[in-house]
Amino acid sequence: MGFWRTYRLRLQRKRWLIRAFRKRRELKAIVNRTAAIKPGDILLFCTQRNEHVRHPYFLKYYRDMGVNHFLIVDNDSTDGSLDYLADQPDVSVWHTKASYKRSRFGVDWLNWLQRKYGHGHWTLVVDPDEFLIYPFSDTRPLRALTDWLDASSIKSFSAMLLDMYPKGRIDEQPYRAGQDPLEIASWFDAGNYVIERNTRYGNLWIQGGPRQRMFFADAPEKAPALNKIPLVKWDRKYTYVSSTHMLLPRGLNLVYDEWGGEKASGVLLHTKFLDTFAIKAAEELNRKQHYAASVEYKAYAESLKDNPDLWCKWSEKYINWRQLEILGLMSKGNWA
Amino acid sequence: MTGSVGIVMLVHTALARAEQVARHWAAAGCPVVIHVDKMVPRTTHDAFVASLADLPDVLFSRRYRCEWGTWGLVAATQSASERMLAAFPAVRHVYLASGSCLPLRPVQELIDYLAARPRTDFIESATTSDVPWTVGGLDEERFTLRFPFSWRKNRYLFDRYVALQRKVGFKRRIPHGIVPHMGSQWWCLTRQTLSAILQDPERSTYDRYFSKVWIPDESYFQTLARQYSTNIESRSLTLSKFDFQGKPHIFYDDHLQLLRRSDCFVARKIWPHAERLFEAFLTDEASAMKRTEPNPGKIDRIFAKAVERRTRGRAGLYMQSRWPNQDWENGVTSGPYSVFGGFSDLFEDFEDWLGRATDARVHGHLFGPKRVEYGGGQNVMNGALSDSAAVRDYSPRAFLANLIWNTRGERQCFQFGPADAQDITWFIAKDPNAQISVISGAWAVPLFKSNRNFADIRKEAAELQKIESEFLNTLRSPYAKARIRIWTMAEFIEAPMEPLQSIIDEIGHRALRRLAEAPKMADLSGFGQFLQNLKNQGMHPHLMGDFSLERDTSVPAKQPRKPYLVQ
Repeated sequence: MGFWRTYRLRLQRKRWLIRAFRKRRELKAIVNRTAAIKPGDILLFCTQRNEHVRHPYFLKYYRDMGVNHFLIVDNDSTDGSLDYLADQPDVSVWHTKASYKRSRFGVDWLNWLQRKYGHGHWTLVVDPDEFLIYPFSDTRPLRALTDWLDASSIKSFSAMLLDMYPKGRIDEQPYRAGQDPLEIASWFDAGNYVIERNTRYGNLWIQGGPRQRMFFADAPEKAPALNKIPLVKWDRKYTYVSSTHMLLPRGLNLVYDEWGGEKASGVLLHTKFLDTFAIKAAEELNRKQHYAASVEYKAYAESLKDNPDLWCKWSEKYINWRQLEILGLMSKGNWA
Repeated sequence: MTGSVGIVMLVHTALARAEQVARHWAAAGCPVVIHVDKMVPRTTHDAFVASLADLPDVLFSRRYRCEWGTWGLVAATQSASERMLAAFPAVRHVYLASGSCLPLRPVQELIDYLAARPRTDFIESATTSDVPWTVGGLDEERFTLRFPFSWRKNRYLFDRYVALQRKVGFKRRIPHGIVPHMGSQWWCLTRQTLSAILQDPERSTYDRYFSKVWIPDESYFQTLARQYSTNIESRSLTLSKFDFQGKPHIFYDDHLQLLRRSDCFVARKIWPHAERLFEAFLTDEASAMKRTEPNPGKIDRIFAKAVERRTRGRAGLYMQSRWPNQDWENGVTSGPYSVFGGFSDLFEDFEDWLGRATDARVHGHLFGPKRVEYGGGQNVMNGALSDSAAVRDYSPRAFLANLIWNTRGERQCFQFGPADAQDITWFIAKDPNAQISVISGAWAVPLFKSNRNFADIRKEAAELQKIESEFLNTLRSPYAKARIRIWTMAEFIEAPMEPLQSIIDEIGHRALRRLAEAPKMADLSGFGQFLQNLKNQGMHPHLMGDFSLERDTSVPAKQPRKPYLVQ
């Protein structure tokens, strides 16, 4: 890569950092417990809006995994989630009424918080409906993974988004607070993913899954990106570019092997498709605060009217990470 | 005999674990000398020393800075060993271990084992030319170049300086009389051998030389032991597995059963937070460490597989952490499959027949222009592949690679013709897993049978012929690696069973059986005239081969064809 392009990416990285710095004023700390963060703690960053029903299980899941502190931006929720989060002993929470879209879908806010609190820590950036699975996640805590990544001089860890869905209509089984959403949304598409390399940032661009199969069968190029790099040993110089799909400096995006081997990777189980989804989709369509003029939500609204059953004969039922490994959705790499 | 085995422990992190392990050794009557890395802060170090103050047989040696790959580790080992030999005269064997080493068998077993071999030195030691261990291309050169720059902190200068020395042709002189050997840094030496190394009159020469060698802790004792030992057993008593970058694999709680079945005395490296492992192996001897049938091969297999996965990966898999550059796929697709061109045009029931004749899954035109024609009329396929032509054409390569990957263990067959989406042609032509059989010109049969205006037929025939020509050129290119067979239609109908038999044989499974039944060929009476008509209109169909008008009449005369092949 030429000097000029490197330089341009550098400028771009600086720009996102400055933008994050400016956007810091939109965040108002409700409870800031970051003083309790110890060196070496694993931090989770998250933006959320009206996801109260998901919080109990979400927090439990990541606490059990070994996350030490949660840093959450609440985008003007109206369902009481702010109070709930503020009561949690290991959560620091910020509130904002500012535009989700104009913060580049929360990226600016989290870039700022990561820059301020994440330096030198392993940071995990996920949404409340995303659950990280990594090799041996049933027997080894997250710290085992981050220690191993440290020992291997690996700074970023890939976990592709895997859309989970229920069998039958999406609104058939109501989700209760505290429930494991995988009890309802336990199915996924095992092998219909399409990968391209983004030559500019060096990341892979993955599309496919039930959303492409059902909502974008005629316009597959519009299907949402599924590549994610949620776990990074953060440095204040780093910045996410677009959601957690890619980062700068671009070396962090090289989470794949180019010479035939497999690097270790995980999966983010995406439990968006619960009964809460229809309401959410309608609301988001009105707010128009999502990516690409909410084209995704328009497509959903269109399809949801008819028969929101994402399940098909070849859907796979989730068992554990080993199943995902065998299917080739994630890899142990050389971690054994 | 108590106190005959002394443990030298090199410690730099997880001091609480080191304390546990030191206590375990001491409790079994082994004197311990601990070296704490100088990088450990003084207060932490003092607290650690104080925590072990109640054990008289645990001593501490002078501290050195131990950066990986540098002389500090050897210096630390030397001084700790000297301390051990001086302070504990009863020690016969010195065992070098680290703070993350964990005894897997009762210590008494180790003591007995060594007592039965009082003159044996256990040290892995091989000459550089004999082993392919080294990672990064530095084997011989470890001993002949200089390495003043840190590999960890100053990789750029390290690499540049190595390159410079190679270019200039610089070579250090190896001290007279020694032959460089390498091996695991974890050894167990007898007092005689160890003291001979440490008290050698030439030691300052060797030290000076090795202090500039790359990773001397893997070569200093390994080389010098060869000078003095009377009985070297070239293996390490410490179980230690290395990954493709040469760093040790780490053991976790879920390795408990695996480690129980290893027959090694000591394992490294143990993850400091592996509670269950420490609990299981550091308890009193009677209850714990129930001896199960040793199966050390299993550990080897698991870790060899991990290296294989990291370096070679799974053939034909494209995923988030495996995206090989072109020609580095080590298998473009994950298994063999068959592509049939023209067969379903020439034979009326070809797909059904093929399904009966083989175990394979037979699809229609997977690359059909309107939709993906999966076998059995399904509209979703394994892995939830969609039948949308748009999705398929978005990335035909991913589509096919996914299909083959999703159906691992079952052979896929599909029809392919000039009316299909053609973007996939190079991909299959270059794939050694593809078996491509083409009857060229057979696309004319459906046209011949169709009830369409001749002008349209002529136009379409010209188009299809052009597309198929291009496809055939691709198949005949020197880059094509598939198993390719091409017949002209005229050639093929002369003797159709022989080529069919060989294709089926290659697909395998039910092979070894002669084909009992032939697929039903379309009625071709009048086909020669049809081709002649095209010619008369200025469109020359040449891919079918030679269909003379005379033969055309003679072929149908033989009809009906024999349905059974008589051999």
